[in-house]
Amino acid sequence: MKTAPSETDASCRIPLLVLFISAAVWLVIGSAFSILASLKFHAPNILADCPWLTYGRVRPVANDCLLYGFCLQSGFGVGLWLLARLGGAAFCHTWLVTVGAKLWNLGVTVGILGVLWGDATGFENLELPRYAALILFVAYVMIAIWGLLTFHLRQERQLSVSHWFLLAAFFWFPWIYSTANLLLITFPVRGMAQAVVAWWYSQNLLVVWFGLVGLGTIFHFIPSLTNRPLHSRYLALITFWALILFGSWGGIPNGASLPAWIPAISTVGTVLGGFAILTLALNLCSKAGRVAPSAPPPAKHWLFSENVSLRFIGVGVVAFILTGLLSIACSFNPVSQITAFTWFVPAQNSLNVYGFFAMTMFGAIYHILPRLTGLEFPSPRLVLAHFWVALIGILFIVVPLAIGGIVQGFKFRDPNLPFMEILRSTLPFLRASTLGDLLMLLGHLIFLRNLVGMVNEFYRARALSAYTTATSPLFEPAEVKR
Amino acid sequence: MNYGPLIFLGAFFALSCSWFGLILKPQMQIGHLQQTNAVGTGATYPLDRPGLAHQGAEIYRKNGCASCHSQQVGQIGTVCDVVLAEAGTNGTAVRAALLKIKPGQDETEARDLIATLPQQVLKGANRTEADAAAKTLKDAGAKAELWIIPVGPDIARGWGKRRTVAEDFLYDSPVLPGSQRIGPDLANAGARLSIADWQLRHLYDARIEVPGSVMPPYRFLFENRKIGRAPSPEALTLPANFAPAPGREIVPRQEAKMLVAYLLSLNADAPLYETPVTLASAAPPPTNAPSGTGTNAPSAGATNGATNTTTNAPAAAATNANAPAAAATNSSPFTANGLKSVPEDSGNNPTNATPTNAAPVSGAAAKNATPTNSAPK
Repeated sequence: MKTAPSETDASCRIPLLVLFISAAVWLVIGSAFSILASLKFHAPNILADCPWLTYGRVRPVANDCLLYGFCLQSGFGVGLWLLARLGGAAFCHTWLVTVGAKLWNLGVTVGILGVLWGDATGFENLELPRYAALILFVAYVMIAIWGLLTFHLRQERQLSVSHWFLLAAFFWFPWIYSTANLLLITFPVRGMAQAVVAWWYSQNLLVVWFGLVGLGTIFHFIPSLTNRPLHSRYLALITFWALILFGSWGGIPNGASLPAWIPAISTVGTVLGGFAILTLALNLCSKAGRVAPSAPPPAKHWLFSENVSLRFIGVGVVAFILTGLLSIACSFNPVSQITAFTWFVPAQNSLNVYGFFAMTMFGAIYHILPRLTGLEFPSPRLVLAHFWVALIGILFIVVPLAIGGIVQGFKFRDPNLPFMEILRSTLPFLRASTLGDLLMLLGHLIFLRNLVGMVNEFYRARALSAYTTATSPLFEPAEVKR
Repeated sequence: MNYGPLIFLGAFFALSCSWFGLILKPQMQIGHLQQTNAVGTGATYPLDRPGLAHQGAEIYRKNGCASCHSQQVGQIGTVCDVVLAEAGTNGTAVRAALLKIKPGQDETEARDLIATLPQQVLKGANRTEADAAAKTLKDAGAKAELWIIPVGPDIARGWGKRRTVAEDFLYDSPVLPGSQRIGPDLANAGARLSIADWQLRHLYDARIEVPGSVMPPYRFLFENRKIGRAPSPEALTLPANFAPAPGREIVPRQEAKMLVAYLLSLNADAPLYETPVTLASAAPPPTNAPSGTGTNAPSAGATNGATNTTTNAPAAAATNANAPAAAATNSSPFTANGLKSVPEDSGNNPTNATPTNAAPVSGAAAKNATPTNSAPK
């Protein structure tokens, strides 16, 4: 028998709340570090005498808080909820996820402290030292086993589009994470082969894994929030295959000190990965879907929809498409000769991580949380405020850095310009992006406040009702409120 | 796609493809690289870094220096220069050949050119033109060399003599190629900025040496201590506005020395098979060496040429035999300046090339040749 959605939600409430709230906390910590890193471009002497807070440690820490603290963790949460909800599964052993989530947070904490202490591995996006990686891996296995169990116990045998993406994602992460850790840290390969492994890992995490979880979420939420069925399952199938077959080949910069075939094949992979973008765009924007007779036309543009989740996820779709197009453009040599080694690369990365993945997760969490608790958000205005602050914050990070990167790239091409002059010309852009960082911090604080406020409300209501039930015999004729 | 196992198999297949293509295959190719010999000198390359520099790489990793500094020089191609080394006996024919190579020239110019050999007679040509020019000169009985000069903005900026290749990172673990250039590229930092004192002061506070720099100060790698009975010989000499309180001195800790040793060991300009390059300050090969003593102190006039010919192993260059004049005054134990090569030639015998300081030096290399205290490029 199919389990009712509300029962499903109630059964996975605690683990998901743990995942979401700790993700939000990491988000705040991460953006605090990123502001600190950004401030160092205003005054290099800020907190410079403390080795723990030197730029080269703070910048990776900000990135790791964001990736491992927020993105992966919220991805697990949303992924598990979707698996549970789509399969209509009855739940058992939720403690496994709760323990896994706590262990994951322990791992991230240990790792972040390790990086601050000076134990960073030196590989971008894989900075967390080996002892932290071990904890993370064990934690992941606990979470993933539960995910598979949920999938196995599903009542709804028909697999939805989101299922493909999420299942592949659950399988993807352990492989890439163990490969990267084994080949880079436990038994390090030689020389530049290490760099290739590191690039491969980054690409598979930031593009493929984020893509799988993000698109899995998008393919569930866009039809369900707009009340229109997905235009075509077959197009979604192409998106899926293009992403996993070609997406995992990209990510190796053209100028890398490697035999030429490696960046070349990477370019081919990135360009073919464009099919994922094309089919996604066709699928979601298709005219056929819009004028489906069963669906009323949307009252407003999605960006101003009543449903804030839809706004967040809509921004996620746009950012995914933009990031993909930018990375295709940058995979060609004439473009990459300008953008390589400049601020354009971090801008593109922020667009992917914040613009696509984080926004999609925000949207999903704002949708899931009321269902977990059975309450509405205490302040819908704050949810709306989060959306606008986050959107403007992302623009303020991505646009100045991208423009600054292009300016920097063109100036690098002119060998007669002294290096200091190039640096000076990028500083205004960097300093403008500090404003974006500040806005992001504000947005993340609002997000945390929304989550904590709701959980608070929920437990207060529960405590009240428990109290009333417990004390009702004392006031026999008294009216029981709940 | 209605079966869970099918999705697993699909994902497994997709990830295996990229795993074989981007992990296994590169590992088979560049993961098994071995030391090789530099083209021309035959010196073994790369050599593992000396111990102190090796420890310095750890300090570099620990403090995330690679967040701001790349170690990858790019190039967009190569051009060839033809250098007339010796005119030989048939002056008339050589002059005629020169006129043929450079049609705009007149007879007296050609004569002047021959009088001050070696001279670049063709610059920035492609390989075919250069080969043709060299052949013309050779047919006239002269000795011509073909120099291969990589070009590109990074190289013109003086960040390196050639692009970096996988071979350069053979002994690095973890490799730290860097992805951003908030600061300058460091692939050849040891060759460009070879003065240990400069490096130490720059680490202590970059703005001492480079006003306007945004590099964080690494004062925690230094000890601010009371001067004992006598000032330490290692204490930094700092300008007044950066100097410590009176009676105190700034002494580098071991970490700072390691890091500087590492920075000075960064030098990726050996000519390799996959990246041919002729270094402008090329020295003649060992066969032509005047004597094998190896410890002869460089005289001021001959620093570039003759003295580094006594050995072809770059490690031995650490005896400072060929340190540039500026660095030679600096009593630094770190100055490992090596890896000069002979011109790659096309059929000509390079052993007879005359070592000289007057060798034409391309603009980029000239900027690069003498590290000074001015702002780095």
